[in-house]
Amino acid sequence: MAELMYWEAIRRAHDEELANDPNVIVMGEDVGVVGGTYKATSGLYQKYGEQRIIDTPISENSFTGIGIGASMAGVRPIIEIMSINFALLALDTLVNAAAKIRYMSGGRVSCPIVMRTPGGTAHQLAAQHSARLARMFMSTAGLRVVTPRGPLDACGMLKSAVRCNDPVIVIEHERMYNLKEELPDHEFFRPLEGAEIVRRGTDITLIGYNYSVHLCLEAAKRLEKDGISAEVLDLRALKPLDRETIRRSVEKTHRVLVAEEDEAPVGVGSEIIATVIEDCFFALDAQPVRVHAADVPVPYAAALEHAAIPDVEDVYKGALKVMGKI
Amino acid sequence: MKAADQKRLLREMIFYRRFEERCFEAYMERKIGGFLHLYSGQEAVATGVLETARCGHDYVITGYRDHVHAIKTGAPAREVMAELYGKETGSSRGRGGSMHVFDPTVNFMGGYALVGEPFPLAAGLALACKHKKTDQIAICFLGDGANNQGTFHETMNMAAVWHLPVLFVCENNQYAIGTRIDRSTAVVDQYKRMCAYNIPASQHDGQDIDIVMTAAKKAIDQVRAGKGPYFLEFLTYRLRGHSMSDKTITYRPKEEEQKWAERDPLKIYSDRLKKAGVIADADIKAMEKEVQDEIENDIVKFAEESADPRVEDLYKYVLDDNPDPRWIGPLQNAI
Ligand SMILES: Cc1ncc(C[n+]2csc(CCOP(=O)(O)OP(=O)(O)O)c2C)c(N)n1
Ligand SMILES: [Mg+2]
Repeated sequence: MAELMYWEAIRRAHDEELANDPNVIVMGEDVGVVGGTYKATSGLYQKYGEQRIIDTPISENSFTGIGIGASMAGVRPIIEIMSINFALLALDTLVNAAAKIRYMSGGRVSCPIVMRTPGGTAHQLAAQHSARLARMFMSTAGLRVVTPRGPLDACGMLKSAVRCNDPVIVIEHERMYNLKEELPDHEFFRPLEGAEIVRRGTDITLIGYNYSVHLCLEAAKRLEKDGISAEVLDLRALKPLDRETIRRSVEKTHRVLVAEEDEAPVGVGSEIIATVIEDCFFALDAQPVRVHAADVPVPYAAALEHAAIPDVEDVYKGALKVMGKI
Repeated sequence: MKAADQKRLLREMIFYRRFEERCFEAYMERKIGGFLHLYSGQEAVATGVLETARCGHDYVITGYRDHVHAIKTGAPAREVMAELYGKETGSSRGRGGSMHVFDPTVNFMGGYALVGEPFPLAAGLALACKHKKTDQIAICFLGDGANNQGTFHETMNMAAVWHLPVLFVCENNQYAIGTRIDRSTAVVDQYKRMCAYNIPASQHDGQDIDIVMTAAKKAIDQVRAGKGPYFLEFLTYRLRGHSMSDKTITYRPKEEEQKWAERDPLKIYSDRLKKAGVIADADIKAMEKEVQDEIENDIVKFAEESADPRVEDLYKYVLDDNPDPRWIGPLQNAI
């Protein structure tokens, strides 16, 4: 076992998959010579060469499209988009092409691409560098969307994403690249589906994904001091969604909160609460609560940014509300 | 070219014309739905370029006006017609329709509705050929209007920087729906725009299949030899509207339409073959009859008699239907 940071775990996954299959390539802005904005591809250019680690011009729609076209002919590109905000430029090719080609061709052509991108707010990056968009990809049929919460999933899910025959969007987070976790030394994979209970509890289920899992875990510690036993569930995959694990947890705790950094209305939480209502309404003992970002462009000023983005305190208070304590 | 090949090419173009006109009729009978874009008038371009390519080996991709490109590439015409009828036997199992014909068995990688979207996909197919060190190339057919999309510029730049084996064929029919090219485009001669990307380019008459083949041969040889991308512009004209819903009279002068009708690619080629003594009027009549029979009694019949997709299969093909559980899950299956 070795402790790796999140970015190192991603680099390890790249390295193993590049070594495993000569058809795996990496594309993106500054992924090669520079080694990636978050170092996630560092050293790979030197090891695998410029034919496989491709520095692209700043043309998101078309270099993503080139990756998709290559994937239709048997290449397996891992495409890095520097920030999820810039993925908006690639939406045409992601949503109109990658997500639909398998279906439109009656299952005859597939697009096994992986698109990795950090999505979330960091520190005062302001409106154009703080987009989340998980909810938007989650609503696009034909894509898989995964949100590794730590290095183990970051490595294992990326490896699975490379091998899977569907287009996979991997949403990382600027504030997670330095998280540490023990990883097995031997090769391992983590599946692209299935929510995970990351903390057992009996009184309330706190549901998160990506960075908000960590908010839920912190909030659960505080709730414990109040005598409230919180279960924390990491969705891991937003699409397809593991409704079964959500239902089982809520049927046990009878109370639910969803925490996300995405905005509502029409956030990820909206969808989760809707599935809870559909799947286990009568198990609920209290009104569910959504904790989400304010419906505003993310402001620059620290105090405003803080007010716009949910933190541990917001999750903690939200949980107390579900419990009827405030 | 041998006389037999010349006759075959003429027959192919007659076939494509009749196929498209039959689609028009089926649309009127409401057998075909959605948007329908016919290729009548432009046949010499796809026929000539693809005659010169290695169909089934090279990758071909285009926009929504895709029936003829698919068939010439090698997609069975019956399956293309069945696709238009929305049948399970269609090229795309009835999931795509007229604008989304796919046949990967012959490397026909689809028709796409989003104007300009295939540019990068084509470059990506070419990147795969280069990556795998095959002698395949990718051929991308798109209209003049597509060249005003960002993907055009982005893709030309990358195709040139990376020396990708891709041939871009611009079918300049001078209109993007109802907008004449000079009303939307600063540089009307499309090949000139390639100066900006250092891509070899040339402009040719797209109504004369012999000219098309000569130009295509030169370009394809160069692309296949590893000299990077090439851009061919063919001046052409569609005889019908953009799709089934526009009236050309609202945006195209009658005299212009008449002038181009005289330059019908079928007429130009059949006149030439007649003059050369390769074919006589009676042969052409016989060909037309034969094509008509084939389309009616085989192709349309197949489409009519094929089954609709089953509603139970609505969710089929969204994602890989037989995924390897090691990569997909559920979580308990983690290695
Ligand atoms: C992104 C996008 N914008 C607009 C349209 C609507 N549209 C469909 S075809 C077309 C004109 C395209 O003209 P051109 O590229 O010259 O092709 P042609 O139809 O003449 O072959 C337009 C505007 C579209 N399908 N996609
Ligand atoms: Mg046009």
